[in-house]
Amino acid sequence: MKKTYNIEVDCANCALKMEDAAKKTEGVADATVSFMTQKMKVEFAEGADIDMVMRQVCKACKKVESDCEIFLS
Amino acid sequence: MTKKQKKVLIRILVSAVLLIGIMIVDAQMEFHRWFALGCYMVPYLIIGYDILKKAALGVWHRELFDENFLMAVATLGAIALGIFQTGDFEESVAVMLFYQIGELFQGYAVGRSRKNITALMDIRPDYANIEGTDGLEQVDPDEVEIGTVIVVLPGEKVPIDGVVIEGTTTLNTSALTGESLPREIQTGDEISSGCVNITGMIKMRTTKEFGDSTVSKILDLVENSSMKKSRSENFITKFAKVYTPVVCYSALALGILPPLLQMWLWNAPAAWGIWLPRALNFLVISCPCALVISIPLSFFGGIGGASARGILVKGSNYLELLSKVKYMVFDKTGTLTKGVFQVTKLCPAEADQEAELLYYAAHAESYSNHPISRSIIEAYGKTIDHGLLSEVEEVSGHGVKALVDGIPVAAGNQKLMKQLGLSWLEPDTAGTVVHVAVNGVYAGYILINDIEKPNSAKAITGLKAIGVKTVMLTGDSDRVAKDVAAKLGIDEVYGELLPADKVERVEALIEQKPPKEKLAFVGDGINDAPVLSRADIGIAMGAMGSDAAIEAADIVLMDDDPAKILLAMKISRKTLRIVYQNIVLALLVKLACLILSACGLVGMWAAIFADVGVMVLAVLNATRALRTRRL
Repeated sequence: MKKTYNIEVDCANCALKMEDAAKKTEGVADATVSFMTQKMKVEFAEGADIDMVMRQVCKACKKVESDCEIFLS
Repeated sequence: MTKKQKKVLIRILVSAVLLIGIMIVDAQMEFHRWFALGCYMVPYLIIGYDILKKAALGVWHRELFDENFLMAVATLGAIALGIFQTGDFEESVAVMLFYQIGELFQGYAVGRSRKNITALMDIRPDYANIEGTDGLEQVDPDEVEIGTVIVVLPGEKVPIDGVVIEGTTTLNTSALTGESLPREIQTGDEISSGCVNITGMIKMRTTKEFGDSTVSKILDLVENSSMKKSRSENFITKFAKVYTPVVCYSALALGILPPLLQMWLWNAPAAWGIWLPRALNFLVISCPCALVISIPLSFFGGIGGASARGILVKGSNYLELLSKVKYMVFDKTGTLTKGVFQVTKLCPAEADQEAELLYYAAHAESYSNHPISRSIIEAYGKTIDHGLLSEVEEVSGHGVKALVDGIPVAAGNQKLMKQLGLSWLEPDTAGTVVHVAVNGVYAGYILINDIEKPNSAKAITGLKAIGVKTVMLTGDSDRVAKDVAAKLGIDEVYGELLPADKVERVEALIEQKPPKEKLAFVGDGINDAPVLSRADIGIAMGAMGSDAAIEAADIVLMDDDPAKILLAMKISRKTLRIVYQNIVLALLVKLACLILSACGLVGMWAAIFADVGVMVLAVLNATRALRTRRL
């Protein structure tokens, strides 16, 4: 299960950090952040609760980069 | 500029004015140290409060080594030095100011180039017209169901793939193919979304949902392309993760070790005032931003520039691979040749009998649907009078016999001529031959060939000029294959291959070559899927509207012009050149600054300039990748 989310992030290095943080979140099989298109693509692990996982991803991203935004819908 | 950026700009202006004002007054009146600190803190906080806040948050979340933290430490360190030693505070305000200017400029430049690139790719239609009760109604293309009749007015984009049911017009396909060659459209024609209707109003019935239409597929593909990261990007990502901590620890070492050594080894007083500022300089240079931003931006620019020319690249990694291609393997039919049979030579047994030869052959073959027969009929050009024909008899594997206006005509291969007991002329060039006998006498032969595309030879010559070896694979006879290869100047050619043989051939070629040199396969995408996926890079051409090709290939050429292959290679090489330039530039400047500031030869101003300046140069350089018109 893959989903793409629009994000807002100011610097490329921060995008890398968000990618890292998202990847480490439980329930996420893989994640890629494109600073260029301001998008985050998340591949969820099997049987993961997407809403729950995304809330964790948001939290993790805020932690590494307080100035970022992930639009969940 | 966004709202956020405007706010930063105002803060920059206010604090810059304040800083200059305070510096002038301070020079005249020579403030007391603590009073000066208070004055300088005003512009410092105005320009830097968000950085300090983010730095504090970073520490709270145990995320050290981010740029905010480094800036905060560097400037607060400089202020501390001011309090205890120098009494100068303007430097830390200036550094913060420069940093913010750099950030603003970066954000602006990146935003601009992002917009430029996305504008190039903006072929997304905004609405579809549906005939409502009172005139046309504009609806979201997403809501249009399959089979709905929509209206496309002149000047509008075709929003969804479909079939024209009423009206004729001309379409501009340049958004998809990069070539502004107008295409004539009539009732019954299938049209792809993304084309622009130029002349007349048409009604069409949609055959796909918006999400499955050509335009959505292309947009999706290009937008996702930056998700597939290139090796250079991965290298930089890894490098950035190591670089920042290394520089920070070096800064710590630089600030502490030399003074301590001085104290213990030489019993000299510790020169904290010399070494601490040098250490702070280190911190300022430690952000790997220039690298991290410019590499994906270059690839994004290259991909955007390519897509504006009708070349879709599915990922940065493929653009990178393409630049390393040393072997270009082509399929023949439909790729280098038109894939359409055409009469290339009429060779009557007696001189000046070309017209008669064609007349009889066309009539005899007129009931056949075989591509060879069709090409003869097309070459004849005039209407065929079926009333003249009688006793048409197909001789399987040989050809056809018929009475044309009462005269017995036979058209077919050598076997047919042998059967009739006639001798025939042996053609001197390769191709499919149709021998014709009229009234029991050999009348000559017609040579039919699949002709080369006009740009094929140019593309091959161009590829060879940039050091790419060309190979052609085909299912056609060896003789035809060699003939075409010789005409186009292809280095290596393999004929009489079944589809499975092509895969084997490509595998053998991959075996032979050194692993660093890459192999690309170019095919028309319809039956080449296995080979496309086996090659290092698969390039499909003539893909407008073909889902199979878009799926199977890594790079998709929207039209079937072989010159685009050469163009794609040039774009990829240019992009990679820019990427390497940026990597080298950024690393060299940073390294130079690190060394110079360790020796105390440059101050914090130079350090910040190096950081911001390199980044700006790298971003500007990266946007060059977007420009592909002159390649």
